[in-house]
Amino acid sequence: MSIHILSMLVENRPGLLTRVSGLFARRGFNIESMTAGPSEVPNLFRMTLVADVESQPLEQVTKQLNKLVDVVKIVELKPETSVLREHLLIKVKADPTVRQQVVELAQLFRARVVDVASEAVVVEATGEGTKLNALLDLLEPYGVKEIVHSGLIAIARGNR
Amino acid sequence: MSTATTKYVRRYRTVASTVPSPATVHPHTRACLQPARNPEEGEPMTQENMLTGAQIVVRCLEEFRVTDVFGLPGGAILPVYDALGASASISRMVLHQQQSAGHAAMGYALSTGRPGVCVAGSGPAAMGLVSVLQDALVDSVPMVAITGQVRSDLIGTDAFQEADVVGASLPVTKHSLQVTRAEDVAPALASAWELATTGRPGPVLVDITQDAQEGAAAFQWPLRVDLPGFHPVTKPNAKQVRQAAVRLAASQRPVLYVGGGVVRADAAAALRALAEACGAPVVTTMPALGVMPDGHPQYLGMPGMYGTVPAVLALQRADLVVALGARFADRVTGRASTFAPMAKVVHVDIDPAEISKLREADVPIVGDLAEVLGDLLPVYREVSAHGHADLAPWWGYLNGLRSSYPTTEDAPDRLLSPQRVLRRLGELSGPDSYFATGSGLHQVWAANALPLQEPGHFLSPCGAGTAGFGLPAALGAKRAHPEATVWAVEGDNGFQISGSELAVCAAAGLPVKVVVLNNGSLGMARQWQTLFFDGNRVDTDLQSSPSPTEWVPDFAKLAEAYGARGITVSDPSQVDAAVREALSTNDRPVVLNVLVSPDTMVWPMVPDGVSNDFIQYRRGQAPVFDSEAGA
Ligand SMILES: Cc1ncc(C[n+]2csc(CCOP(=O)(O)OP(=O)(O)O)c2C)c(N)n1
Ligand SMILES: [Mg+2]
Repeated sequence: MSIHILSMLVENRPGLLTRVSGLFARRGFNIESMTAGPSEVPNLFRMTLVADVESQPLEQVTKQLNKLVDVVKIVELKPETSVLREHLLIKVKADPTVRQQVVELAQLFRARVVDVASEAVVVEATGEGTKLNALLDLLEPYGVKEIVHSGLIAIARGNR
Repeated sequence: MSTATTKYVRRYRTVASTVPSPATVHPHTRACLQPARNPEEGEPMTQENMLTGAQIVVRCLEEFRVTDVFGLPGGAILPVYDALGASASISRMVLHQQQSAGHAAMGYALSTGRPGVCVAGSGPAAMGLVSVLQDALVDSVPMVAITGQVRSDLIGTDAFQEADVVGASLPVTKHSLQVTRAEDVAPALASAWELATTGRPGPVLVDITQDAQEGAAAFQWPLRVDLPGFHPVTKPNAKQVRQAAVRLAASQRPVLYVGGGVVRADAAAALRALAEACGAPVVTTMPALGVMPDGHPQYLGMPGMYGTVPAVLALQRADLVVALGARFADRVTGRASTFAPMAKVVHVDIDPAEISKLREADVPIVGDLAEVLGDLLPVYREVSAHGHADLAPWWGYLNGLRSSYPTTEDAPDRLLSPQRVLRRLGELSGPDSYFATGSGLHQVWAANALPLQEPGHFLSPCGAGTAGFGLPAALGAKRAHPEATVWAVEGDNGFQISGSELAVCAAAGLPVKVVVLNNGSLGMARQWQTLFFDGNRVDTDLQSSPSPTEWVPDFAKLAEAYGARGITVSDPSQVDAAVREALSTNDRPVVLNVLVSPDTMVWPMVPDGVSNDFIQYRRGQAPVFDSEAGA
């Protein structure tokens, strides 16, 4: 498995996601995650795509993506020189007897408890994938009812 | 649009076209021939410069100097047809089904270099164009397909004849757009035209809802096309060009491997000049046939699965392959890992994604073939003035192959040799004739046997191999070149797919000529069964009758029923007379029903999925190709 992060500026036209995901499917590449939202450029969206490909086909996929008329620019972000973030919402079983333990665990990870019910709490965490996985491992024994995991977003460090 | 127009004129040969004169056009259209008004200048919008979306479609096509559209009317595209009916400068060809209309537009585009335009209704009509879009995409043919769509408020409701044609077209177009408002029609068509004709050409689909066709909007022209994600690189990197020249001058066994990109860039003359300057052998893929004139001493023929022995083995032995607008397709390379195993590769293409897609390029060059060849020739001359390799041993080897393995003309069972019929047909028709083929044995026989002299005269579904392409493509070419001789070279099955368009040819006064190489079978599939499935011929023999003269249908009679002339040719002695008869019949179409043995195969051939080293000259006969000079 060889993970690559592509940050793309795109025109937010109907069918764009289909075009991008269709291209991956057609050429036999896997998408790990895909997120999109407004960018600093008016009318252009930024899409962060995590692809599981060897670097040689990655060049091929980048060239093919560049041919999509709605794709304006693509850069590959290196994890070492980028800020990487994922967002996690976890609903954990937590009756009053263990609730405090769950809250403390969350605090260790600088995660927050954002909802409390009689038998469960919702924990919200942001960070790199490894940190979120560690949190998940620790919460697992309490009983995880639901996980909502965002795709990765990333930005290059530094002045440029 | 001004830059787009310049590019367009530069890259494509233009045919004379009439600019609509205000006096002769429809009143609605006439209003728009006045200079475009700019609303920002405070010019009031008058009733006069408001047009319906459908009229805007027609005005855009007129601005693009389109003279012919191919299609058929139906439900959701009727407003466009209504407006087309009022155009003085655009002629319509109506065919019997959308695939034929699309193939006619392709024949038009391939024979002129100008984009083909086809028009279809919604739902099944639009979906009938999908395989055509695939043809045009894989062969990089400039096309604009305009489809009608249900009213925008019905989209997504499973309405009558609603189909998501934009969705269906995504993998088979260069781009596709849907328009739901009249004011978006002109920008969409302007973008479509720019995309179809610029960079690597290809098909663009514009799907227009019925309410967008009926709604009103101001028409403004010219339009600036704003496509921030589309900027093809046409000017090559000078360092890379020099690298290519250095490699070419030093190579002892070079091959110029020429693809359709050279034709699309209108660069055949530049290619010939380079070839003659460097003395290297040239092979041309099927879309590039004619780039080197047949009989040129440096021309080795077509490479690949159905190529000539010299073309295939030249690549296998080469120390340098200069790929020019070619894409290392599997039909050319055989098993890619064993293709041209000793060669360094210079790869020139306008599409960066083609470079190193299937074969790592040692010298990658992104650019327009016309520009690259234009830059390369003077640099090559300069570099080679300081010395270049002696190609005599290489030519000794290649000429040995040429004389040992000439192209053959087979005729088992004393029936006709299809290759000989095609050669005579080409010789008697002359170099200005056009030949459109279907897909199958007849196609590869034609590719190898016709004495082509110029590109753009062999019109074939090369990358997609779509059976039934021949007759409608010939119709489109005849429409573009009314004075030229245009042949459809079809198989007996292919002719049954789209032969009904003969009625259109007869009715519209387009006397195309058809040669049906009638082997009573799905010949190509049958050959594979013969060779690779122990002769187990499942469903490939189309006739039950053992007698060739009783084959069903009788194509000569069928031709007569369509208002064409039908001639059956069963004896070698009749060939020239029948061809001459066809050539002198110009008041209606002609069909030559040429009876060919179902056992006549195409040779040479490389079996599927193996190295091109395993080329067979005849069945079971591998050429001997090792020699001192070559190795
Ligand atoms: C649309 C389509 N369907 C199926 C095929 C598969 N196919 C390839 S060649 C061939 C035989 C065509 O028969 P005919 O037109 O008589 O040509 P022949 O090979 O006999 O010259 C077929 C069915 C194809 N190429 N295109
Ligand atoms: Mg046949």
